[in-house]
Parts: sequence; structure tokens; C-alpha cells
Amino acid sequence: MTAAPPRGSALRRLWTSEDARRGFACVVGGLVLAVMTGPEGSSTAPTSGFTGSLFHARVIGFIVFGLVLWGLITVRRRYATQVRAFSDKVTAAPRRLLPDKRVRAVVYLAVLAFAIAYPATLNSFWQEVLVDQIGVYVLLAIGLNVVVGYAGLLDLGYIAFFAIGAYSAAYWTGALPIHPPFHLNPFYAIPLAIIAAMLAGVVLGAPTLRLRGDYLAIVTLGFGEIIQIVATNLQGVTGGAQGVIGIPHFSIHLLGIHYAWGINSLPYYYLLLGFVVLVLFAFHFLENSRVGRAWVAIREDEVAAESSGINVLKYKVMAFAIGASTSGFAGMLEASKISFVEPADLTVQLSILILVLVIFGGMGSLPGAVVGAAVLQWLPQYLRVHPLLGFQQQDIYIYLGALLVVMMIFRPEGIIPSRRRKREIGLAEHGVGHADALSGQSGPVA
Amino acid sequence: MSQARATGPSPVPGDEAGGDEGDVVIAVDAITLRFGGLTSLSAVSLAQRRGQILAVIGPNGAGKTSLFNCLTGVYTPQEGSITFLDQSGKSTSIVGRKPHRVNRAGIARTFQTSRLFNALTAFENVRIGVESRMHTGPLGAMLRLPRTRREDRASDARATELLDFVGLRNRANDIASALPYGDRRRLEIARALGTAPEVLLLDEPAAGTNPSEKAELAALIRKVNSQMGVSVLLIEHDMGLVMALADRIVVLNFGQVIASGTPAAVQQDPAVVEAYLGAADPDEPGA
Repeated sequence: MTAAPPRGSALRRLWTSEDARRGFACVVGGLVLAVMTGPEGSSTAPTSGFTGSLFHARVIGFIVFGLVLWGLITVRRRYATQVRAFSDKVTAAPRRLLPDKRVRAVVYLAVLAFAIAYPATLNSFWQEVLVDQIGVYVLLAIGLNVVVGYAGLLDLGYIAFFAIGAYSAAYWTGALPIHPPFHLNPFYAIPLAIIAAMLAGVVLGAPTLRLRGDYLAIVTLGFGEIIQIVATNLQGVTGGAQGVIGIPHFSIHLLGIHYAWGINSLPYYYLLLGFVVLVLFAFHFLENSRVGRAWVAIREDEVAAESSGINVLKYKVMAFAIGASTSGFAGMLEASKISFVEPADLTVQLSILILVLVIFGGMGSLPGAVVGAAVLQWLPQYLRVHPLLGFQQQDIYIYLGALLVVMMIFRPEGIIPSRRRKREIGLAEHGVGHADALSGQSGPVA
Repeated sequence: MSQARATGPSPVPGDEAGGDEGDVVIAVDAITLRFGGLTSLSAVSLAQRRGQILAVIGPNGAGKTSLFNCLTGVYTPQEGSITFLDQSGKSTSIVGRKPHRVNRAGIARTFQTSRLFNALTAFENVRIGVESRMHTGPLGAMLRLPRTRREDRASDARATELLDFVGLRNRANDIASALPYGDRRRLEIARALGTAPEVLLLDEPAAGTNPSEKAELAALIRKVNSQMGVSVLLIEHDMGLVMALADRIVVLNFGQVIASGTPAAVQQDPAVVEAYLGAADPDEPGA
């Protein structure tokens, strides 16, 4: 820190102190946040938005928030190396132990046991959150992780494939205005929904993945919009803006076993858990395979990958299609669970939310995507229903945004980073390569 | 190489067929490359013989890198043809092929400024090269089918072998970016060899290396050529290295071939002396 100059008044010294200025900015930020999240003004009391936020006990919380943020930034600036050393030390023990296969297996089994046993003790509200808000989003996040984390492609229209999966489910189970040649049990509609989403991924990916990263983001953004608009307006096919109702629940009639999933969330939770575990295994193997390594190569240096005999376009389309089919799978499951698809739910904001889950968890890391999605999807619900905090639903994104900013300052590689990504970010800080491997661009050929 | 060396030199400066021993593996026939009004290569012809070390030299801006990029599919020349003839005698046109398909055909390359996968280990770098010749797809990988496991074992073994070959066995688990410069160069060669090429194109391999690294590199290139039977096409500034390694030399200047032949013959060629060595003492580069 630059020492304050010895001359001038105390006030002037305070103002020229960078710490004080930063603190002032943080408190102002807190106050802005208070106004933004506070009550709305009205035509009879236009200033009530301000008075109701600033001259109210709740403002204290936001000032404290500003001061805490200031404290964090100051500590971070002053003790950057110590902070880094401390966080390395904290994470060193698990990192030293985790490479041991047995330790890792025990940890994963313990997590799985918890995931099986714990939800049964929850009330129906939280069980529903577990399926609709957490389970489905975990599946979505690990799918997008293939696209963004493994292959380094920025997909902003990811939810479009969710929509395609959901509408495929609706079609094959006979819930749409147009009818399939034969009605299927949702279980048999799973592969069809996956294939439909995958085909959409290939059809969209094959021409656009030739483009550079930023263009791809724009094309996928547009695609997401197109799907939503088509679903809203193609009344005769999709049921239009009011959505599709009556998508049947899953049921088994096999070898004398008859079971039907219904309104209750818990059976769906276990079904979803089973699928997620299967997908996790599949993607874990994928990550550590020839295909996964080809993706890393492309992410790191496209030109070198090409010269090493890797068909860059093919692998990009592959990643895109695998992500799309996972999204379609999730859409199919969710459609059957809530028996309902509505175009208004399929917003670009949702695509971006899933991207945030992946970035928060740690791009390219499967445990990261799972934990990132679980934590970020659980937290807003918790804040919302907490009797003391009682956050408003529509304000949640503000806090998520703030959380993401703090994350990017303190831990850009995500909460559970992949080893490779962490290394890439480390290298980029030293000027080797590029950390924004999302756009994965390489310089001109030497 | 041994074959070419044993049969002795055929000092025919300007000989476009490129000597008469061994069959041709890359035939470049009168390629012309233009960028707008600028002609980078003008009717360049050369022939790389199987098992030979061919060096392309020339002053800065002579078109060496343009030629290299044409050979690797980065640029597409407007005129002329580049033909690759593999061991079985099948001929493949290189012009208009994407870089990865050029590599598939059997031509591997390294880069002037080494382009490794920096966040990966040395072993992983080589393995990616080896695996480009394998077949496991995403479904096989996700289900860990028997073929996937078999290929995993094979690529693991081959990558270890190649690291051993270039002398980086003990650095297998080091991150590529942490390796010293000379090692990075060798790692790049190992990665290229992983793709099982018949021809290895080296773009100024000695650039930026110190004398001892340079000597090691020369030894490695010779070893690649003699032990693996890989033909080598070398673009290089360093005359010492070129003279020591090359069986034949092609000299480019202003996008044209001005001479070709054995190192000894090229060194004596007055056009080369004038264009490449300029006013310098003609004995110097060979020393």
C-alpha cells in the first residue's frame, strides 16, 4: 500500500488513502444493493424505494456486507501471498490424500451413502427442491461441463437442448397436439429424446463450430432464442405459450414388477440419482480417454492438436453433441417429473445460470460441476425460506452475481478445480497460453 | 539415411528430381503460392527421398516457412502439386488437405516456436500424438469397452517408449511448460513421432537452443532417421546443423529454388554463396 502523505488535513489524508477509498466504495455498493433489493416506489410515494431501504433497520445488514467485502479485499491485497499459502495449505491435505484410489473410493461411497439416506429424512418441500432444483441441474451442469470444461466451447443456448428433450418426451408419450405413430412409456422415450437432442447438437454444431469461439457463443445464444420462440408460437405442434400438460410419469411393467412414479418427489430423486451416477461414471471414463485428451489438446492449442492428427471439428461437434444429449436427457426427465413443459421457462437466463454453475464449481471438473450445481441451486432456496433471512426470489441473481465476482477474485479456477484447468490458469498468470480457454484461440501459425 | 550416405553424393546443382537413390516420398511439383500481389513461392519443385534427411535453407523471407506451411496443409498453393507417396506406394495429394489429414497421411511436423500442450505432462503430450492413430470413440470410452482398454494399454506403452527414445523417460510426469527449452524441443519431436509418420518435418528445430542442446538435437534427429527409418525434412537457419545432418540441401531465395544437391556441392555453388552467404566468408558456414 502506498503510505499516506504526511502533509494536509486528516480528512485529506483519509481521502488519499486507497484503503479508505476502497472502503467507501464498498459501503456505497452495499447501499446500492440495499436500494435494489428494497421495496419498490409508487406513484403516490416515489421516494419510498429509497426511504424504505435506507432509513430502515435492514440497511445495517448491507453496510456490514460492504464492510466485510472491504475487509476481504484489504486482507486479500495486503496478505495476497499469505492468503494463497493458507488456502493451499488447507486444500493440500485432501489433495495429498485424494490421489490414493482407496481414499477416493471411500469418500465417494460416503457421499453416495449420504445422498441415498439423507433425502428420506427431509420434508416434501426439500425433496422437491432436490429433484427440480438440484438433481436436474446437476445433470445439466455435468453435461455443459463436457462442452465448456472439456472442449472449451462457449455454449449460451444450452437450454435449447433441454427444450428439445422435453418436447421429445411430450411427443413420444402423446402429450403434444401432434401424435406419434405409437405412444411410448417415458422410459423408452429416453433414448429417443437423447437422440433428438444429439441430432440437434450435430446439426447446429457442424456448421457453427468452424467459427471462432465468440461467434459460437452468439450463434448458440440465437439458437436458444429461436427454440423458445418456436415453442411459443408453433401452437399446433407444441401447444404454444400455455405449454404442454399431461406428460406421463415413469412407470415400470417388467417381469412382474409394477411400479409407477407419481406426484411424490422422493422416488424421482432416486431415479435421478441413479441416472446421474451412471452419467458421472461415463463422463469420468470419457475425460480420461483418448477422446478426453483430444479435447484437452484442442483447448490448449488448436493448431498443435490439428498437426498431431486430431480432427478438431469432429471432436468439437462430438463434445457439443454429448453436452446437448445430456441436456436433452435432463429435459426429458424433468418434463416427465412435473408432467409439464412451458416455453416461458426455457429462457437464455437459464442457459447462463447453468454456465455459472459450471464456472463456480470448476470448469472441467466433474466433482466441481456436481458440487457447484448442488450448492448454488440449494443456496437460493435456503435463503428464500429461511425465517430470518427471507430473501426475495427475484433478488437471488444479485447475490449469485456478487458471489461469482468474489469467486473470480479469490478462486478463479472454481471451488473444486480440475488439475489441468488450475495449471492452465496458473500458466496464463505467467503469460503462457490463455486462461480464457473458453474461446480457445491460438495465435497465427509460426 | 545410411543408404543415401553410402551411395555417395550426386552433385547436380539445381537437380529437381533430388538425386537418384531411393524412391520419392514427397514430390513437390512447381508450386506457386501468392498472397494478393505478393508471390511467396514461385514454381518451387523438390523431391524428398525415402530415408533421406533433406534440408531447406535460405535467407530470411526466402519462402521457407511458406513452403513448410504448404507441405503441412496450412496454406494451399494456387498452382502446382504436392504428392505424398507412402510405403505401400499409395499416392496422396497434399494440396487442399486439412492439417490433421496431412498428418494422417503420414507427415508429422514440429513448430518453430514449440507448441506443446503446456498444462499437460510430457507423457500426456506424447500420448495424444500416439492416440491420434487409434479408434476409440466416445461411446467406447464411456463404456470402457475391451478395445478401449486395449488401446489404452497400447498408447501408454508406446508413449513411454517414445519418451525413452528421445531421452525424456525420467521427465514423463513433468508439466510440459516446466521443461527446459531443449527438452521441450525433444518432446515435440516425440509427440510428432507418436503419430507414426513416414516423414517428419522440422521447422527450425535448433532455433533458440544452446550449443550443447543443439548437439543433442542433431544426434536425436539422426537417430530418428536411422533407427526409426523416418525421412526428415528440415528447415533451418543454423548452417552448422544443416551441414552436419543433411543428405541433400535445397536452397530457396525469393521464393525460388536456386540450388540443390549435397552439402558439399551446395556450399560451392556460386549462386548460393551470393544469395545466402552474401559477403561473408564462404568457408565459414561449413566450419
